[in-house]
Amino acid sequence: MSTSALPRDAVASPKVGRSKRGIDTRPLVWPSIAALLVWMIVPLALTLYFSFRNYNLTDPTVQGWAGLSNYTYLLTDDSFITSIINTVLLVGGVLITTIVFGTLFAVLFDQEFYGQGISRLFVVAPFFVMPTVAALVWKNLLMDPVNGLFAYMARGIGLEPITWFTTTPLFSIGLIVAWQWVPFATLILLTAMQSLDREQIEAARMDGAKPIARFRHIIVPHLARPITVVVMIETIFLLGIFAEILVTTSGGPGDASTNLVYLVYKTALLQFDVGGGSAGGIVAVVLANVVAIFLVRTVARNLDN
Amino acid sequence: MATVTLKDVRKSYGAVNIIQGVDLAIKDREFVVFVGPSGCGKSTLLRMIAGLEEITSGDLMIDGAVVNDVPPDARGLAMVFQSYALYPHMSVADNMAFALRLAGVPKAERDAKVGSAAKILQLEKLLDRKPGQLSGGQRQRVAIGRAIVRQPKVFLFDEPLSNLDASLRVQMRIEIARLHSELNATMIYVTHDQIEAMTMADRIVVLRAGKIEQVGSPLELYHYPANTFVAGFIGSPKMNLTQATVRGSHAGGVDVQLPGGGVATIPVEPRNATAGAACTVGFRPETLAMAPEGPMGGKVAVVEHLGGETLVYVDVGDGHLVTVKASGSTSAKIGDVVRLAIDTVEARLFDAEGQAMEPMNRRAIAGLATAAQ
Repeated sequence: MSTSALPRDAVASPKVGRSKRGIDTRPLVWPSIAALLVWMIVPLALTLYFSFRNYNLTDPTVQGWAGLSNYTYLLTDDSFITSIINTVLLVGGVLITTIVFGTLFAVLFDQEFYGQGISRLFVVAPFFVMPTVAALVWKNLLMDPVNGLFAYMARGIGLEPITWFTTTPLFSIGLIVAWQWVPFATLILLTAMQSLDREQIEAARMDGAKPIARFRHIIVPHLARPITVVVMIETIFLLGIFAEILVTTSGGPGDASTNLVYLVYKTALLQFDVGGGSAGGIVAVVLANVVAIFLVRTVARNLDN
Repeated sequence: MATVTLKDVRKSYGAVNIIQGVDLAIKDREFVVFVGPSGCGKSTLLRMIAGLEEITSGDLMIDGAVVNDVPPDARGLAMVFQSYALYPHMSVADNMAFALRLAGVPKAERDAKVGSAAKILQLEKLLDRKPGQLSGGQRQRVAIGRAIVRQPKVFLFDEPLSNLDASLRVQMRIEIARLHSELNATMIYVTHDQIEAMTMADRIVVLRAGKIEQVGSPLELYHYPANTFVAGFIGSPKMNLTQATVRGSHAGGVDVQLPGGGVATIPVEPRNATAGAACTVGFRPETLAMAPEGPMGGKVAVVEHLGGETLVYVDVGDGHLVTVKASGSTSAKIGDVVRLAIDTVEARLFDAEGQAMEPMNRRAIAGLATAAQ
């Protein structure tokens, strides 16, 4: 973009870099843009550099350019395919769970009932628990096959306790993450519910819409926009789930609960293969950007309506 | 065919009584307007008829059947809301067809009904638009169209014109009046605007603090208000309500002493009027005239030229302004000292409690005969 060529456009649109008074604001913005650029570009460039190098912390004698070998090694690895599938399952599953429960909770907590304030506080509370703590609480207090509450309840009705992290590792992690993110969806959707015009609901009642029809024809369309916002924000965070996996299963058994982020961690810091880990990191960045572009476009289209 | 009858209908929220016993019989094809100041309970009463608010006690009957516990959609009513309450994600056609769709009416029949309603309201070209792309007046018409499509027994309007600008309001007023004669339906209309009430109603129900103050045709209310509240509420410019003192009564009416000492005889039944009692005299601005021998006098405080007519505000003492409707060519100026002549036949007398005393020789008023049944 040129700095001075189009004065007419520049005046018409302050975004081009001129304030309404015609002052060039770009020099004022440059320092922060430069700082942010360095902040982003240095780690990215280093990762890119390492991904083409032979660089293993256990063997300093192996050095030099690796060409594409880090990438070919990674992309043909069974763990990589598994980790991609796990990432998709985890993000998708948690998204569906949080949207479904978030919508239901939003509608429920929008009603007037005794103790509404305190129960709203409770439903939002899990969001304020740190991921590591949440995972430990679930692992040791709820899902532990010997001492956990779920095991106690299962024994109470004469069932064999489930060994959650062995038999259903990915599902168990998804459960913990969903527990943490349902409050977020509830919070956003509850505020959206509060902006719903009550007269619309009353008009629907006069039109003969029973509660389920009102939910389907009035409430769900009203929540469509906030739901896309929730999907976008949650996707970005859910692509990077790490603490819950580290604390509970460490990616196991085998690769059963390893997602892409955890695979990068395992390669770089457990197998000390910095080159391979960097290649994984670059793949993750590319994937995240593809998803982000796709999401932002959909959301933007949705918000335009 | 639809009549709506309310029998001692009450509504309370805890200890607060919003509607304090309303009795009203609305006839088939009648256009009834509920009017009153903010917070008088007129909207609550309408919402109780609609079924959106529960009735605390009393009976609501539609066509003679008690419908207190019938859900809103089964009462055969349609309501037009103040905010229009259109469904923003549906097209105009879908908005209008929503009730029919829920009722399982086949698509062809739905389209036909929406089409004919759209024709009545001149909405044909807008059927594919979303409510967000319409102007206020168009949205209003869609909201009315949504009500028409259901072919209800009774139409309910909750201040439907209050979000429109003045000129559009006049236009929609005419349109709703036209609809009423075309559709032959019973309509109940809530407004705080007495001009809307005067222009559209067959009968006006004036409400204050959850009670009916008076029911009658617009002209009946205008000429024979039951009390000072109705007298002051109906009519624009307002009726002059002047404090006076009863001097005595005789066969010709009641003698009252007006501010400034003049005496006038108001031809009303004396009832309990005793000499020395406080009372209120009401005269419409058009029944006063500036004349040298008038019983009331004062100084002109404000003159409003409206072109065809002029409103002259005369200070008759203690800062009490009396409005006089004079011709557009009046020469009155601020500061003029004038005398006011009173058409005593058109003057109304209210006792100390504000209740009207019965005028002698009540005239028959157009529309009064039907409303008095």
